[in-house]
Amino acid sequence: MAALTPISRKPFWLVALVVGLFGAFIGLFVGTANGSGPIGAICGAALLVGLAFLYINVLKDERAGRGITFAGLGIAGFAGAGIPGAVLGAIFGAVGGWMIYWIYEGRYRSYLPPYLTAGQVLWHYAFRVICGAIFIFLITPILVVMPLSFNAENFFTFTPEMLRFDPEGYSLKHYRDFFSNNEWQRSFKNSLIIAPIATVISVSLGTMAAIGLSQSHVPARRAIMAILISPMIVPLIISATGMFFFYSQFGNWMESTLGLDKNLVGYIKVILAHAVLGIPFVIITVTATLVGFDRSLTRAAANMGADPITTFFRVQMPLILPGVISGGLFAFITSFDEVVVVLFVGSASQKTLPWQMFTGLREQISPTILAVATILVFISICLLTTLEMLRRRSERLRGMSPS
Amino acid sequence: MSETTHTGPVLAADGTPLKKSLARALRVEKMRALLMIAPLLLFVMFSFIWPIGEMLFRSVDNREVGEVLPKTVAVLKDWDGTSGELPDETVYQAFTADMLVAIDAKQHTKLGRRLNFEKTGISSLFRKSGRKIKKLDLETDGPFKEALIKIDKKWGDVETWKAIQTHSVNYTNGYYLNAIDMQRTPEGVAVQSESKRIMMTLFKRTLWMSLVITGMCVLLGYPVAWILANLPARSANLLMILVLLPFWTSLLVRTSAWKVMLQQQGVINEVLVWLGLVATDDRLVIINNATGTVIAMTHILLPFMILPMYSVMQTIQPTYLRAAKSLGATNWTAFWRVYFPQSIPGIGAGSILVFILSIGYYITPEIVGGAKGVFISNRIAYHISISGNWGLAAALGAILLAAVLVLYWAYDKIVGIDNVKLG
Repeated sequence: MAALTPISRKPFWLVALVVGLFGAFIGLFVGTANGSGPIGAICGAALLVGLAFLYINVLKDERAGRGITFAGLGIAGFAGAGIPGAVLGAIFGAVGGWMIYWIYEGRYRSYLPPYLTAGQVLWHYAFRVICGAIFIFLITPILVVMPLSFNAENFFTFTPEMLRFDPEGYSLKHYRDFFSNNEWQRSFKNSLIIAPIATVISVSLGTMAAIGLSQSHVPARRAIMAILISPMIVPLIISATGMFFFYSQFGNWMESTLGLDKNLVGYIKVILAHAVLGIPFVIITVTATLVGFDRSLTRAAANMGADPITTFFRVQMPLILPGVISGGLFAFITSFDEVVVVLFVGSASQKTLPWQMFTGLREQISPTILAVATILVFISICLLTTLEMLRRRSERLRGMSPS
Repeated sequence: MSETTHTGPVLAADGTPLKKSLARALRVEKMRALLMIAPLLLFVMFSFIWPIGEMLFRSVDNREVGEVLPKTVAVLKDWDGTSGELPDETVYQAFTADMLVAIDAKQHTKLGRRLNFEKTGISSLFRKSGRKIKKLDLETDGPFKEALIKIDKKWGDVETWKAIQTHSVNYTNGYYLNAIDMQRTPEGVAVQSESKRIMMTLFKRTLWMSLVITGMCVLLGYPVAWILANLPARSANLLMILVLLPFWTSLLVRTSAWKVMLQQQGVINEVLVWLGLVATDDRLVIINNATGTVIAMTHILLPFMILPMYSVMQTIQPTYLRAAKSLGATNWTAFWRVYFPQSIPGIGAGSILVFILSIGYYITPEIVGGAKGVFISNRIAYHISISGNWGLAAALGAILLAAVLVLYWAYDKIVGIDNVKLG
């Protein structure tokens, strides 16, 4: 982006004010770790203001100034707290050195419209800080869970060893527990049985219905759509209550009349319940994909003698596949994450991973939950990446440039 | 060459009138579409709509009493409970006859449990008396009034009979009355006794906290949506990951993260103590109360607010704002009079979505809410799995469902259900 505003050097008091505040903020943490917060804050502020004064009035060489701050604070950190101290010190030094020149040279103005007043510039950056704080709020829980899952102790906070980056403080024991504990393994297996089967049911029925719904003459389309979307609209607790009544009778009927095994009936109940919950997602994504589908392609195929089934699998399916897969991913994650319905409909032998986590959180909370949570976060990152790639592919197929 | 006159209908290739042929083609097309939809529609009807209907039915269904005590219910109809006198011998005889059948079928304890929801103590009365009534003989052991009162003096209490009489109708409004802290009495509808009054508190709390959560989501979501819509596409896409990642992370993962963070010995309290902002023995209590629920649920529902707001704000032209400013508006005026009104549809869509989701939430309040932060949905779960008062659970569910449907109707009017987008 080209600069919008010609920049000029700023008075020293402005530099001192901003870098002083930044130094005090970082100094507060360093000071607290070493005994006294306020002293740390004052030292941090004094250090940065002093450096700024030196660089501006004595050194007058930006590269040297930034290099000195970066290296100097890194070495100071190393002397104070070893390698982790060096890393944190170097980061602090790099940011501090950059900030001194960023303010002094007036670079913060260069990409803003020239007519802004000082107050507006301040608000511009304050707004960014607020947004940054909200983004941190969004992401912190996930960031906290990941390191804590490697905790060597059975605590839910960062131990002093962890903060010192001492290898002693970290271990994989919660992960080992997850992979060796029978209860966790059984619930993980149950999730891996239930979610894929439920997904296959909702994707196959859902795709067919979505294609039917996208035909030009469908009687009562709105009503049908409302019924098919309803599992997403009705709060889970209500769906679960209704299904609880229904499936207890349905299960009894399957056991007594059809003579099925009790365990198998339990799985069938949960799978059917989850399949219904996944359907709206498949319907929505596949209908959205079909909106851009060029109908003349199927007509051309029919014209050349293909029967409807061949047309579907050779022409239509490959084109709408991204939509179908992302609908399937939504259905999968719905079932994989679902607790309320399985809690009401399933019995103990169908305990899924979220159910196991739920009982763990309610009763004896064990750090293994954090290890499981980290694994689940990893799975959702993979799914998110897949979805994004599919979205781009779908846009390319339709001849749009991916954004 | 003879001249042909086309006075008849236009014909298709096979000789049928074109109109008829087209109508047939349309019919075939409609049938084909319906056939493709049918399996799914039947599946959803069978395993979703039907269960919901059954739940609605259960919220008024009260045939249990009449089925177990058919004779008693018939003769009790003529008894005037308000007179303060005990029913006469015919009622006691009919009751003994009914009970003997019920005890054989092991139905009497079930009935006792049903009536116990209305009047505490009846369950044990039925269970204990059941063993002794079993030994009575209909032919020889009369009169039954004395016999029953000898077995348990509660049978000589007018209130017991009043409870049976009041709850003997086949279809009752009793569960709905209980759901709003009222009760069915022989004298008509009355307010629930003080100790049992909890539902209205929960309904009010559910509404109030959902409003607070929605408000928090608007406050936090608006700046984020704004910055996402106004940054260059590349950086906006990067920041979008920070919104989508929590959105895609398992609900249980986020709830456990908040449990870990908010605990007394949790991350937030430890950091505050470490910084010296809070004394060790004076740690913040931010879990197992309303604060915990609001914090955790705001975080969980925030993406549902940001995404609709973002899609609306993307369509607002930045030139409008610049035009307003060039006409002399201050920053605030330009935002408030030009930008904000255009972003209201996004706020509306996000708010209704978040509100609907939060009034039906169960998992998060259950884990971080404690006693002071639970919602009406937790009460439903309690009645399903612990107390066994399924009728009341169904009635609560029906009320909640009605509220949600009204809100969705509003959502459809304002935003349109077809505009629901994912990811």
